[in-house]
Amino acid sequence: MASQIHFLDIKGKPLLSRDYKGDIPSNTIEKFPLLLLDLENSMDEGDFKPLINHQGINYVFINHNNLYLCALTRKNENIMAIIVFLSKLIEVLTQYFKSLEEESIRDNFVIIYELLDEMMDYGVPQTTDTKILKEYITQDYYKLIRSTPSHLVQPPNAVTNAVSWRKDGIVYKKNEAFLDVVESINMLINASGQVLNSEILGEVKIKSHLSGMPDLRLGLNDKGIFSSTSDMEEGAAEQPSNAKGIEMEDIKFHQCVRLSKFENERIITFIPPDGEFTLMSYRLSSAQFLMKPLILVNCKTKTHKHSRIEILCSVRAQIKKKSTANNVEVIIPIPDDADTPKFTPEYGTVKWIPEKSCVIWKLKTFPGGKQFHMRAELGLPAVIDNDDILSKKPIKVNFSIPYFTTSGIQVRYLRINEPKLQYQSYPWVRYITQSGDDYTIRTK
Amino acid sequence: MSLERKIRSFLKGPRKGETFELKAGLVSQYKGERKDAIQRVIQAMTVGKDVSSLFPDVLKNIATYDLEQKKLVYLYLMNYAKTHPELCILAVNTFVQDTEDPNPLIRALAIRTMGCIRVARMVDYMEIPLSRTLKDDNPYVRKTAALCVAKLFDLNPEMCVEFGFLDQLKELVKDSNPMVVANSLNALYEIRDMNTDQSLKVFTVNEQIIKNLLLCLNECTEWGRITILTTLNEYETTNVEEANHIIERVTPQLQHVNPSVVLSSIRAIIHHIDTIPVTAQRTSILKKLSAPLVSLVSSSIPEAQYVGLKNIRIILEKYPQILSKELRVFFIKYSDPLYLKLEKLEIMVRLANDSNSALLLGELKEYAMEFEPSLVAKAIKSIGSVAIKLAGSTVKSINLLINLIDQRGGDLIINESIVVFTNILRRYPGKNDLNSLVIPVISNHIQDMDRNDALSGYIWLLGEYPKYFSNLHDKLQVLIDDFLEYDSVLQLNILTTVVKINLASSKGTQYSGLLQKVLELSTKDCENADVRDKAYIYWRLLSSSSTKSQKDIILTKLPPIKTTIATFNPVVLEALVDELSTLSSVYHKPAFTFIDKSAYSRLPVDKRTKTSSKENIEDLTNLAKQEIINNSKNENLLDFDDDEDGATESLGSGAGSLLDELNDLFTTPAPAIQHSGDQPASSNNDILSLFNAVPQSTPQSVNSVTQGVSEYSIGSKTNSNNNNKVNNDLLDLF
Repeated sequence: MASQIHFLDIKGKPLLSRDYKGDIPSNTIEKFPLLLLDLENSMDEGDFKPLINHQGINYVFINHNNLYLCALTRKNENIMAIIVFLSKLIEVLTQYFKSLEEESIRDNFVIIYELLDEMMDYGVPQTTDTKILKEYITQDYYKLIRSTPSHLVQPPNAVTNAVSWRKDGIVYKKNEAFLDVVESINMLINASGQVLNSEILGEVKIKSHLSGMPDLRLGLNDKGIFSSTSDMEEGAAEQPSNAKGIEMEDIKFHQCVRLSKFENERIITFIPPDGEFTLMSYRLSSAQFLMKPLILVNCKTKTHKHSRIEILCSVRAQIKKKSTANNVEVIIPIPDDADTPKFTPEYGTVKWIPEKSCVIWKLKTFPGGKQFHMRAELGLPAVIDNDDILSKKPIKVNFSIPYFTTSGIQVRYLRINEPKLQYQSYPWVRYITQSGDDYTIRTK
Repeated sequence: MSLERKIRSFLKGPRKGETFELKAGLVSQYKGERKDAIQRVIQAMTVGKDVSSLFPDVLKNIATYDLEQKKLVYLYLMNYAKTHPELCILAVNTFVQDTEDPNPLIRALAIRTMGCIRVARMVDYMEIPLSRTLKDDNPYVRKTAALCVAKLFDLNPEMCVEFGFLDQLKELVKDSNPMVVANSLNALYEIRDMNTDQSLKVFTVNEQIIKNLLLCLNECTEWGRITILTTLNEYETTNVEEANHIIERVTPQLQHVNPSVVLSSIRAIIHHIDTIPVTAQRTSILKKLSAPLVSLVSSSIPEAQYVGLKNIRIILEKYPQILSKELRVFFIKYSDPLYLKLEKLEIMVRLANDSNSALLLGELKEYAMEFEPSLVAKAIKSIGSVAIKLAGSTVKSINLLINLIDQRGGDLIINESIVVFTNILRRYPGKNDLNSLVIPVISNHIQDMDRNDALSGYIWLLGEYPKYFSNLHDKLQVLIDDFLEYDSVLQLNILTTVVKINLASSKGTQYSGLLQKVLELSTKDCENADVRDKAYIYWRLLSSSSTKSQKDIILTKLPPIKTTIATFNPVVLEALVDELSTLSSVYHKPAFTFIDKSAYSRLPVDKRTKTSSKENIEDLTNLAKQEIINNSKNENLLDFDDDEDGATESLGSGAGSLLDELNDLFTTPAPAIQHSGDQPASSNNDILSLFNAVPQSTPQSVNSVTQGVSEYSIGSKTNSNNNNKVNNDLLDLF
C-alpha cells in the first residue's frame, strides 16, 4: 500500500524513515520540504491538501504535534486506508511513549523500527493494535532477556487469531466491568440563542477486569437497536420514525463486536479486550431533533473604539433542577490588543488569557435552572491600525454533567458469561454528558 | 603544504573519528559493547549518515540469540545490502538457520528480512526457506511468508513461477487463518501489478473464493477486511442472488469504527448494486449508505474527513438523493482547517433543495462574514450557485448579496458578488424584476470593480441590458477612454458591447461616435491580434451586410447557463465511482491520467555487481562533489591569510601536477577492490573527470580538492581494507 513511511519535522526534514518496497528512490523524500513550502504558499487560496503528487510519486501525509508522517506511493492506492494507518501509527506510538514528538522519536528509534516492522510488511498493514503489540514488542528489553531466554518471546496467538484483541489466561481476583456512557454535545448557536446545528456524539466505554474469555451481552433501551429497522424486507416503504424511542444512527462498534449478529438480530455481543476500550460510538444528529441548548450563553459586547470594550454575559443551565453541571468554562474571545481587564462576576472566577485573546469564566459547579451574570471591561489602545479585521471567533463553552445522558440512552443490562470459569462478576455503569469539541455560540 | 601529510594519513586510514570508534565497538569482545555499537550505527543511519563502510563488521554480529540485536542487524542489512551485494551471501546461512528456529517470531523475522534484501544472488538461497515457511504450522509465519512470495516475484519472476511459489500462494487464499488469507490476497495483487508476462495468469477471483472470503470477512483485522472488500469490488457477477449475498455480508461492515473499512464497504456495495434488478430494493440499500457516509465527516482525523468529503462528492453525483436530509452535518465548524471548510461548501451547494434553501442561505451568509478571503469568495459563489440551481431562491439570494455589499463591502465581496450577479442574470435572461434589482447595485459600485471577471460581467450587462443603466453614454465613454489599458479580454468585451448597443438602439447616432472611436482604437492602436481581428470583422459586417444579418450575428442571445456547479463527465464519473477511496477519488481524476504506468512494472534489480558498484561510485562522486563545494566555502575563509600570495600561482599550474599525483594515488588502491572487476578504471576516470572539471571552475580550491579526495579515499580505502580483513573474519564466523 505504502512504499515508504517517513517521520519528518515541521519543516519536512526526515527524522526516521522506513522503506518497505524499494520501488521509490530513497532520496525522494528530500523533495518534500520544498513541496511543503510550495503548498504552504498556495495555502491562502485553500489549495492545501493532505497529499501531493509530484513526478509520479504521491506524498500522503498527516500532521501531528509539529511532526509530519508521510507515506509515499506510486500506485493508485487506497488513500483512506493509508491515512487511517498513519493515524493508527501515531496512536500506537503515543501509547508507547506517552507523547509523540521529535524528541521521543530520536530517543526511541530502535523500538520505532521494530514497530514499523511489525505494523507493516511490504507496504501492507499488519497488526495495529497496541495491546497486542505490547505483548511482544516491549520497551524493557533487558528485563525481558533476564527473566526469559529470548527463545520464549513468542508472537502472541492473538496476532493471528480470530479474537485478535485478547490473549488467553487473563486472571483477576475480583471480576469487574465498568461501563461509562459518555455523550459529547456539539452545538452551534447563533447570536440570538437559536440552535443551528446540534449533534450528540455518544460513546460506550468499558474498562474490563475480567478473567478468561468472557462473553458479554449488552442491552440498551435504544429503539434503533431493538425494533428491527433493518428494512431489507420492507423495501422502499418509508418507516415512520417512532417518536418515543431513541433512534441512534451511525453506530460504530469496536472490532470485538459481532457485527453480523448485530445486523441480523440487533444484539450486541462481544468478547472484550482487556482493560479500557471504546465499545461503541453513536451519533444523534439534529436531523432528528433540535435540542435546546444545555448551557445557554447570552453575551453582549459593546466596543467603544479607542477606549474600552464592555462585555455583559449571562449563563443559564437549562437542565433538570436535580442535575448539576461541573467545571463550566465560558471562553469569550476579545480583541488581540485589549488590556487592563476588570471583571465583576456574580459567581465563579474570570481570567484573562492574553496569548489566546480571550477571557475564561469558570464556574466550578452550576446547579440546573440557575442563571448567573458577569460583567467585564477591558481597555483598548487609543491608536488602532485601520485593518478592521472582522474577528468572528465564536464563544466556546466547556462543561460536564454527571449522571445524565442527553439522549436518554440507558444500559438495561450487561450480562457476563465465562463458559469455563463461571465466576461472579460485577458490572458498574456511569453516565456523563459533556461538551464536545465544538459547542460554540456565534457572536454578532 | 600539508598535502603530503594528508595523503599519508589517508593511506593509513582513519585512526579516530566516529567510524573508527564504531568499528572498534562492533568487533569488541564484550557483548554489551557490540550491541551498543550496533545501536549507534543504526542511529547514525537514521539521521542520514552513510555507515555502509561498516557493513562487514555489522554482519559479524548477525549470529546472536538476542532478538533485539538480531532485528537491528537485519534492519541494517536491508538498508545497505545494495552497497555490498556479494557480502550479503555470507548472511544467508544465518537466515536459513533462523527459518528453522523453534521461535515463530524469529522464523518470520528471517523470511521477512530475506525478501527485503534486494540482491539478485539472494534469490538462489530463498527457495528452501520460503517453501518451508509457507507450510509453517504457525499462521504468523505463514502470513509473513505469503508476502515474501511477492517480494521474490519482484526480484525474479521466472523463478517464483518455476518453483511453484505462485501456485502455493494461490492455495494460501483458502487458508484457515483469515490473516493469512488477507496477506496472500495482497501478495497476489502485488504480483499481478508487477507481472509483465501476458501468458501468466496470476489470479482470477471465482465464485468459490468469494464465498470463502465472505466467510472470512467478519474474522479479519480491519486491514484484512479492507483487502477482502477491495477484492469484492473487483469481482463481477451477474447473478442476482450472489450480488444480494455479497451486499448482505458487507452491510454490517458499514458500522466498523475504521473509516477506511467503511468507505471500502460503501465502494463494494455500490459496485454490486446495479446487479440487483428491483428498484425499490436498490433504494433501500442506498438509504443504508447515508449514515455511514455522514460518519466519514465526523471522523476525528481532518485528513480522513477530507478524503471522505471528496468521495461523498463523487457518490452524490451518481446518487444525488442519498444525503438529501443531511445538510446540517456539513455545516462548517470554526475549528475546521480551511481546506475542509471549502470542501464542505462544495457538498452543501450540491445538497441544496427547495426545502432547505432558507437554512442554507442563512448559513452561507455567516460564512461570507468570515475573514478568510478564500472562504468568503467561495461562500459568495455558493450563494450564486444556489440562486441558479433553485429558481425559488433567486430573489432571496440576490437580496442576501446586496445586503452583504451594504453591510460589509470591500473589494473582494463586491467583485465576487458582481460576477455572481452576472451569472444569475444569464441563468434567467430577460427577467424584468431581477434586472431592476441587480443592475442599480452594480452601477453603484463601478468604481470598486478591479477584477477582470467582475468587469467583463459588468461590460457584458451594459451591452445586454443598456436601458437599465443610467448615463449609459458616460459609462461607455469612461471605458473607451481607458480602452488601451485594459486586458485583452476586457477589450474584446468592450468592443462587442459598444457594437451591440449601437446596433440595438434605433437612433444609432447617439453612440456612433463611440463606435467609431472604439473601432479605430482596436484596429490601429491595439497590439492584440484577437482584438484587431474582431474589430475588423465587426467593421466589415457593419459596413457591408444587411441590417438583418448584422442583427442576427451580433445580437444573438447567449444560451442561458444551467448551473455553476461543476460536474463530472459521465465516463469520468463511472471511472471514479469504481475507484472510490483511492487516490484518484481525491484528485478527481481517473487513475490512468496521473499514475505512471511504470509504477506497476517490476523494478530493475541489480543483477550484476557492476551496476551496483557503478551506482556506488556515482554516489561517492556526488558525495565528493558536495564535500568539495562545502570545503571550498569553508576553507576559503580559513585559508585567506595563508594563501594570499601563492594562491593564484599555485592554482593554475598546481592543479595539473596535483592531478597527476592523485592519479597515481588512485591506481594503487584500485586493484584491491576485487568485487568491481573491470570497473575501477572507468570509475577512476569518472572521478578524475570530476576533478578535472572542478579546478577549472573554482581554481582556488586546491586544498579543498585534496580534502575531497581524502574523503573519497577513506571510503575506498576502508572498502579495500575491509575486503581482505572481512573475508578472513567472516570465514571465521562460519
